[in-house]
Amino acid sequence: MNRIANIGKYCLMLWVVFSKPEKFKIFRKRTFDEIQTIGINSLPIVALMSVFIGGVIALQTASNMDNPILPDYTIGYITRSSTILELSPTIISLILAGKVGSNVASEIGTMRITEQIDALEIMGVNSLSYLVLPKIVAAVIFFPILITFSMTLGIVGGWLSLIISDLSTTETYLIGIRYYFKTGDIVYALTKTIVFGFLIVSISSFYGYYAKGGSLDVGRSSTEAVVSSSVAILIANFLLTQMILL
Amino acid sequence: MIEVKNVSKSFGDHKVLDNVSAVFETGKVNLIIGASGQGKSVLAKCLVGLHEVDEGEILYDGQDFCQMSSEVRRKIRTEIGMLFQGAALFDSMTVEQNVSFPLSMFSNMSKAEMLDRTNFCLERVNLAGRNKLFPSECSGGMQKRIAIARAIAMNPKYLFCDEPNSGLDPQTSILIDALIKEITYEYNITTIVITHDMNSVIEIGDNINFIYKGQNWWHGNHKTIVSTDNKEVGDFVYASDFMKQIRTKLA
Repeated sequence: MNRIANIGKYCLMLWVVFSKPEKFKIFRKRTFDEIQTIGINSLPIVALMSVFIGGVIALQTASNMDNPILPDYTIGYITRSSTILELSPTIISLILAGKVGSNVASEIGTMRITEQIDALEIMGVNSLSYLVLPKIVAAVIFFPILITFSMTLGIVGGWLSLIISDLSTTETYLIGIRYYFKTGDIVYALTKTIVFGFLIVSISSFYGYYAKGGSLDVGRSSTEAVVSSSVAILIANFLLTQMILL
Repeated sequence: MIEVKNVSKSFGDHKVLDNVSAVFETGKVNLIIGASGQGKSVLAKCLVGLHEVDEGEILYDGQDFCQMSSEVRRKIRTEIGMLFQGAALFDSMTVEQNVSFPLSMFSNMSKAEMLDRTNFCLERVNLAGRNKLFPSECSGGMQKRIAIARAIAMNPKYLFCDEPNSGLDPQTSILIDALIKEITYEYNITTIVITHDMNSVIEIGDNINFIYKGQNWWHGNHKTIVSTDNKEVGDFVYASDFMKQIRTKLA
């Protein structure tokens, strides 16, 4: 019952979030600040995770390639497909749900319990639109860039691991990467990413904005934000795959 | 002027405000006093619209705040300055950005004009030249003064102060009280202060409302409060041994 009430409250929150910003100049400045906080500051962790995930996928595929019928370039093909279709958009988004989600929920939650949100409201500022909208816009704009970066590094990671382990050659790997390439896969992955970015930031903002109590409760809200946005990503992933790929 | 007419507010089964009526006059320091848990903060939050009332009216210069659309209410709120108990300064902004925040949101001033106004407000609270500090680098008293500077930046018609002296030493408390009083008289503001600091009650209470068990139990000023025979008010004012000794001497 409480979950259903929360979904209703979340929808009402979004209704207020998407009202016209008070001043476009301030909204633009805040959006760029959020691109820095949410997006650019996430580049190192995304790069690290993507290289290693790509590397492990290539190695695992190579270690299972004992059927002589399968051509060698299959390793590149599988690494590319897994990275573009699932690992980059979904796994990296789950990691970002942890990093960005907890950051957003604790920032807004702290503002709530220290009465900064009340101060905004009393000044006449639409606090939801002022605080949350720039974060959502930043995530929706920058998450696809992060994931494209992650896809590239995942494929590079796969290539590096194969070359270092001497399990394939650059030429063979490149053939696999190009084999039966569909631009639709990229569109599918980036569409998912936009939805995931929206879910992560809006759900985390929701938990932060309605936090009550003290610092312990902000920590609890932050954890709930990460768990709920991760579950939302998994459900949305399933639904989007059904809708776009099948 | 702000008028409260028969306001009631409950949380679940617990009635926090019970048919409260009061008048907060313009150009005066209006105090809401009372022991903890009697409903004074809830009344203040109802006044600024952070809580919706269950019954009654809150009139801002004759306009019913409870019946206003959110747009009109937002407009009224740009005329309200509020000093929170914990100052509620924006951590990520400097002192200058905090004070100029309402100006940047609601005025069409140029950057130079905003800076002038910000510097004027900071000078007014004796914090000239502290523009580039962050709230975390300021003491409790400084934070309260910055919050006052932010509250007066837009030339408000109404100023709300929620326990402005909590956590401050007696000397800084007196400074903050004096500042609130000066600003109220200078700009002819309707000021409402929620406090249980007896110093403030005696120093600045032009108009005092004593809240007890969710009701406006007693009404008077800083002169009449020391001589009232109302038992509950007497228990509140003369709670400490020191004040009891003063009462004996006065008698």
